[in-house]
Amino acid sequence: MTTLTIAPVLIPLLAGTGLLLSRRLIPLWARRGFNLAAVGVQVAVAVMLLATVSSGEVLTYNLGNWPAPYGIVLVADRLAAWMLLITALLAFFALFYAMQGTDRGSRHFHSMYQLQLLGLNGAFLTGDLFNLFVFFEILLLASYGLMVHGGGARRIRAGLHFVVLNLAGSTLFLFAAGTLYGVLGTLNMADLAVKLAETPPEDVGMARTAGLLLFAVFALKAALVPLHLWLPAAYSATSAPVVALFAIMTKVGAYCLLRVGTLMFGPEAGPVAELYTSWLLPLGLVTLLLGALGALSADELKRQIAYLVVVSVGLLLTAFGLDSTAGIAAGLYYLVNTTFGTAAFFLLADVIASRRGAALDRLRVGPKMSQAGLVGGLFFFTALLVVGLPPLSGFIGKFLVLQAALESARWPWILASVLTAGLLGMIALGRSGSVLFFKTAKGSPIAADPSASIEAWQHEHAGNGTMRLLAVMGLLALCVGLLAASGPMVDFCTATADQLLHPQGYIRAVLAPLSAGVNP
Amino acid sequence: MEALMSLMVGVLTACGVYLMLRARTFPVVLGLTLLTYAVNLFLFASGRLTIGAPPIIHDGATHYTDPLPQALVLTAIVISFAMTAFVIMLSLKARAELGNDHVDGRPSQGDAP
Repeated sequence: MTTLTIAPVLIPLLAGTGLLLSRRLIPLWARRGFNLAAVGVQVAVAVMLLATVSSGEVLTYNLGNWPAPYGIVLVADRLAAWMLLITALLAFFALFYAMQGTDRGSRHFHSMYQLQLLGLNGAFLTGDLFNLFVFFEILLLASYGLMVHGGGARRIRAGLHFVVLNLAGSTLFLFAAGTLYGVLGTLNMADLAVKLAETPPEDVGMARTAGLLLFAVFALKAALVPLHLWLPAAYSATSAPVVALFAIMTKVGAYCLLRVGTLMFGPEAGPVAELYTSWLLPLGLVTLLLGALGALSADELKRQIAYLVVVSVGLLLTAFGLDSTAGIAAGLYYLVNTTFGTAAFFLLADVIASRRGAALDRLRVGPKMSQAGLVGGLFFFTALLVVGLPPLSGFIGKFLVLQAALESARWPWILASVLTAGLLGMIALGRSGSVLFFKTAKGSPIAADPSASIEAWQHEHAGNGTMRLLAVMGLLALCVGLLAASGPMVDFCTATADQLLHPQGYIRAVLAPLSAGVNP
Repeated sequence: MEALMSLMVGVLTACGVYLMLRARTFPVVLGLTLLTYAVNLFLFASGRLTIGAPPIIHDGATHYTDPLPQALVLTAIVISFAMTAFVIMLSLKARAELGNDHVDGRPSQGDAP
């Protein structure tokens, strides 16, 4: 059973390496099939892992069989398995979309795709702070490659900013990890949790500094205000399947904030307890509102969706910042909905752009698109999902967050911000929908500008549009499934939140000596 | 030695941050490099500075050097080296695509074909 814990790391590593080495040997269709099969296996593994840990058991894998505080350990609990499954499902549909032609843009798309998954899966599983840094670097290096996939001036410019910003973030991460090691002498997250609770008074300042440095790093990854400015530029410039996969990238930051915030700086952490929660809630609310304003001001659909990602990050971290079982559970439920919803929306925006000639996804009068009824229907459905209107799962997620917020002392602030942001998002998407689908004109009133012509060319040479819509529908079907299974899902999220807020089980599973035979 | 070490980390970080805020890609890359040097020194010192001691514990040894920061620094060096190589390639690509080495691609020229 312990090998199951490392499988989500090994499969993409081997598949990515295999794809890299066999690039000249096997044709594109074979690479596509191999990649899709590898992602399919990861979905299966994630389901098995989730089934195993849903009982509340915490699986660990000691790399090199070194016992925990000395070696690197991979840990699979409910949250990690939940994130792995979301990642694998998202990757499957994004890849399916990419296979319809987008993957021709660069030679190593498929191997980088698997390496990106390696970084993501590793970041979710690792129980060691420095190892988390290493997996961050793996996922970032792959994401740099994927981000500029296809080329073009706009993508390169946005890519340069993205890379430099993340490199600065990585440096901060190392400073934080070095400080924690200098003060406490360990990097194992469970061991850190134990030692942080017993921080001697003279070191509390240093420990808090390191903790807040980590907070800044994760906030940068999660695009929390004021570190959110990179996101709209980066997400609106890159290609559709890549940005769909990137929908999970901000959630990596949110995941780390949740994991580190509950495990290392949780309620039982003594002198450094509740270090993150006092920051998460206000920053989350500001993120919500600024994101919604950005969505109103955006002049192209992809940028608008990117701002809606910022909104969803705000709501997610508000929920996590409530620091109650109900709040975290609501956040975890909402996380699934927003990941699949925004990914589907990005893919749909690309389909829309490919059918509007030179107007692309800009929110101006453009030519009437083919299959406008079908595409418009999907747009309406996705918009409801992302903004969180009934009857879809977005609404349930938002409702759960608001319900959990009522227990907080700051409920007026939370309710006011969330509902205002919802209204603004609704206005923004309503306006975009009416411009895209109703205000159509014969011919194209917009002169094609050269930077857009590359994209237009790519669209012309892209594959079958109906197959692309299938990927969108797949992601939306997952959200419908989430809605249909809301009861069990919420139960599972509540159990996960409970496990997070009582980290003793996690700590015991990691630090139990090897001789005690904890491995089932 | 502690004073010298912390001074070096501080000076390198300050120079790195200053250069990173410049408007051309070359100083930005240099700034990132200096920043990674600073963090490598910092990580190295996080296990406390010891001179002339073995990095292992064995019978009869009265003091030792912490071996873990050395392993961490090695990892950090490899990663930062790869990242620097990547960011240099990206800057060259940006120079070719955008026609100049401004970090924002200088819109007035960037829009020209």
